[in-house]
Amino acid sequence: MRTLLENLKERFPLGPITEQRPDLVFVTVERSGLRPLLAHLRDREGFTHLVLLTAVDWIEENLFQLTYLVHDRRRGRDIGLRVLVPRDAAEMETIHDLWPTAATYQRELREMFGIGFPGSPRVDEEFILEGWVDLPPYRRDFDTKAFAEEAFAHRPGRETHDPATHMRERLTAQGRAK
Amino acid sequence: MTRHETISNPETVLPATPIALAPERPAIDLSSGKYLKLWQGPQHPGITGNMSVELTVCGDEVVEGKTHVGYLHRGFEKLMERRSFIQCFPIVCRVCVPEPDFNEYCYAGAIEELAGIEAPIRAQWIRTLILEMGRINSYLMYLGGQAGALGLGVVGQWTTYVRDLMLDRFEELTGARIYHMFILPGGVRDGLPEGFDGRMEETLREIERTMADVDEVMFHNAVFKKRTKGVGVIPPELIDAYGVTGPNARAAGLPNDVRRDQPYLVYPQLSFEPVTATASDMFARSDVRRRDLLMSVDLIRQILADMPREGALMAKLPNVLHWKIPRGETYVRGECSRGEYGYYAVTDGSGFPRRINVRGPSYTHAMALLEHLIPGTNIADVAALMVSLHTYPPEIER
Amino acid sequence: MQQDDVVEPRVPVKDELKKRTVKGPDGFEFEVDPIHDYYCDARPEVRPGSYLKIVEDLFNWARSESLWILGFGTGCGAIEMRPLMTPRFDAYRYGIQWRPTPRQANLFVISGYLSVKTLKRVIRSYEQMQNPKYVVGLGSCTVNGGMYWDSYNTIKKLDEYLPVDVYVTGCMPRPEALLAGFEELKRIIRAGKGEGANLYAKNFDWYKANQKRVIHDWDMPDYNW
Repeated sequence: MRTLLENLKERFPLGPITEQRPDLVFVTVERSGLRPLLAHLRDREGFTHLVLLTAVDWIEENLFQLTYLVHDRRRGRDIGLRVLVPRDAAEMETIHDLWPTAATYQRELREMFGIGFPGSPRVDEEFILEGWVDLPPYRRDFDTKAFAEEAFAHRPGRETHDPATHMRERLTAQGRAK
Repeated sequence: MTRHETISNPETVLPATPIALAPERPAIDLSSGKYLKLWQGPQHPGITGNMSVELTVCGDEVVEGKTHVGYLHRGFEKLMERRSFIQCFPIVCRVCVPEPDFNEYCYAGAIEELAGIEAPIRAQWIRTLILEMGRINSYLMYLGGQAGALGLGVVGQWTTYVRDLMLDRFEELTGARIYHMFILPGGVRDGLPEGFDGRMEETLREIERTMADVDEVMFHNAVFKKRTKGVGVIPPELIDAYGVTGPNARAAGLPNDVRRDQPYLVYPQLSFEPVTATASDMFARSDVRRRDLLMSVDLIRQILADMPREGALMAKLPNVLHWKIPRGETYVRGECSRGEYGYYAVTDGSGFPRRINVRGPSYTHAMALLEHLIPGTNIADVAALMVSLHTYPPEIER
Repeated sequence: MQQDDVVEPRVPVKDELKKRTVKGPDGFEFEVDPIHDYYCDARPEVRPGSYLKIVEDLFNWARSESLWILGFGTGCGAIEMRPLMTPRFDAYRYGIQWRPTPRQANLFVISGYLSVKTLKRVIRSYEQMQNPKYVVGLGSCTVNGGMYWDSYNTIKKLDEYLPVDVYVTGCMPRPEALLAGFEELKRIIRAGKGEGANLYAKNFDWYKANQKRVIHDWDMPDYNW
C-alpha cells in the first residue's frame, strides 16, 4: 500500500491521505483528477472493481463529499477516493464507462442527494422514490421527522422519550424522588 | 498457509481489460405489435421479495428487462443520522431480512473501529458462530427458492424445515427467530446457553441429511440440470465491470472470499478453502452455494470445538447516552451468503453518525447485472435466473 | 366515474399513460387513453348480506374456513410466511393457503411496513380481489409505524388507507402469532363482522382522499377492478 501511494504521489496531485487500516486508505483528490486516477488504478494497479460510490453531506462547509471505493481482488486492498463538490452546484462527471455498475449508484445519488451526473444512463429516471415532491431526502437539511409528521396520518398514543433524560429520571435516585 | 501465496502476488499486474457495456440493441418499437410489455412483480410469484422486472417480450423471448426497485425503501441511512450510536443498533438488522446478522456485525465493526474499541476474543468467536449460522439459513432459503422457481416444490419444504431447526438454535441463543439484535458495538449480548453444542450438532446432522436428499433430488434431477446448465451465464469480463462478488463470482472461477482474502473476526484461525466452480451458469451457482453451505456446517463444528468458554463478552463502552465518536470514516466488509456486505460509516465528532451507507451485494447483482443477463432468455427462465443471483431486495433500497 | 373528478397529479404523467394513437394490425388507426380505456373504474358497491340469518351464517362459516392469502410479500413479514406453508406450522390444515393472483385470494396479509410506492400497488391488488375480502396487518409498523415512526417513506397507520380486520403486533411476529391472528379473523368472520369490503365501499371517498394525500403521482383510476 505504501509503494502504491508513493507511485500515485509521483503521478497525480493528491490531497490529504488517511490510512485507516493497512488495507484501506482514503485519499482526497481534485475533481478533475479523479477520472485519470481511477483509470490508472484500474488499468495499471490492478484495482478490479468499484465497491461503492456514495456521498456525504457536509452542510456546514457547503460541500458534498463523493466517495469512490475501489477494490483490488488479488491483493485484497481498497482505496477510497474522496472528491469534494460544492453543494449548490452539485454535479460530477460520470464514470459509468469505467465501471458500468457506477450508473446504478449515480442514479441513486441523483435522486437521494440531487447530485447531477450528466451522460449517465437512465440517470434522471425515478429510482427508489416515486412521485417525490420534497428536497432530496438524504440531504441534511431535509427533516424526515417533520416530513413524516406532516405527510402521514399517525395513531395517537405513541410516546417517545429522549433516552438521556428518560434514563436519568428512571435510573437515578434523584430522578425517582421527583 | 496458502492464503498469501495465492492471492498476494505483487508482481502480477492486471492487463487493461476493456469494459463490455451492454451491447447496443435495435430500438424496440412497441406500437409495431411485435412486442409486449410484461411486468413481473411486485405482486408476482416469480419474483424474489418485493421488486419488479419490466420485461419486453417478443413471443416467448425476452428482449429487454428493466428492474424497478424501491418498494421496500424505508430510508435507513437517513434514520440512522438522527439516532445515537446505540439507538442505531436495534434498527440496523432490519436492513436485510433473511440474513440480518451481517448488518449487526458490519455496523458494530465500523463503530468499534472508529471509536477505537476492540471486542473481546470470546465475543468474536460468538459473532463468527452467528454469522455462519445465518449463512446456513440464507442458503437454505435460497435452495428452496431456486428449486421452487423450477418446479421442484418439495425441496423448499425440506429446506424450510431444517431452516426452522436452525432458527430454533438462534432462538435459544439470542431470543428471537428473525431479528436477533445480538451483536452490538463492543461485543455480544450473551454467551452460549447450556447444552447448546449438543443441540447444534443434532441440527447440523439433520441439515447434512437433508442436503444429501437435496443433492439427489435437485442436483441429479434431469429437469433441473436441463433448465440450469448453460443458462444465465455471467461472462467473465462482466465480473469486474459489475463488481460481482461472493458465490456469483466464485461460480465463475474467481477464488475470492472476504473470509480468506481480508480475514475478519476469527476466520484466520479456522481452516477452509473457498468453494469455486467454472461454468458460471445457474447450475454452477447453485452448486457453489450447496457446497458453501456444507462448508459452513464444517466451520460451525470448528468454531464450537475451538471457542473459549470463559471470558468477557463486552468491551468497556463509554456511557452510551453521551457517546461521541471523533471524526473519521471507514469501510467494514464481510462475506455474507450473497457476496460482499459492507458498511461505510462517517462520523463527525458528534453523538450521531454523519452518514452510514450500506453496500449490499444485491445492489449490483439485482440491478445492472440482472438487466444485462435477461435479454435472450425465455419468460419462464427469468424467475429462476433472478433467484440464481441470490438477491434480496430490502438491502438494495434500504 | 365522471371525467372531471380526476385530480390533476402533481407529478407529470408517465409516457405510457398518455393518450396516444395506435395502429392496429389491420391498418386501422384509433386513439387510446390508457387510464380510462384499460380499466373498469366503476365505484364499488355495498353488498347486503343474505335475507335469512341462517344462510348468512352458513356463508360466513364457509368463508372463515377458506382463507386464501394473496402471495404478495409487501415487507419483511413475508419471511415468516414460508414456515407457515411448510409442515412445522402448516397453516393449510386451517384452510389457509396462498394464491398467486388477487382474483383467487380473499385475504390480504400486509406483511410489515408499507412504503408509499408499495402502498400504490397494494391498493391496486386489494381492489382486484373478490368480495368479501379481509386485511390482516402484520407487525408493529402497520399499527403505528413501529421502528419506522419517523421515516419519510413508510405509512404509519394502515387503517387510514385500507379497512383492516386484525392487527398482529410484533417485530417480527412469530408464526404462532400469525396463526392466532388467523383464528381471531375466523371468529370475526363467523360473527358476521368481517365487513371490510363493505366498509371500503361505504367510506370510499374518505379512503381515496387519504390515499391520494400520500401518493403524489396518482396515475390510475380511482377504483381499478
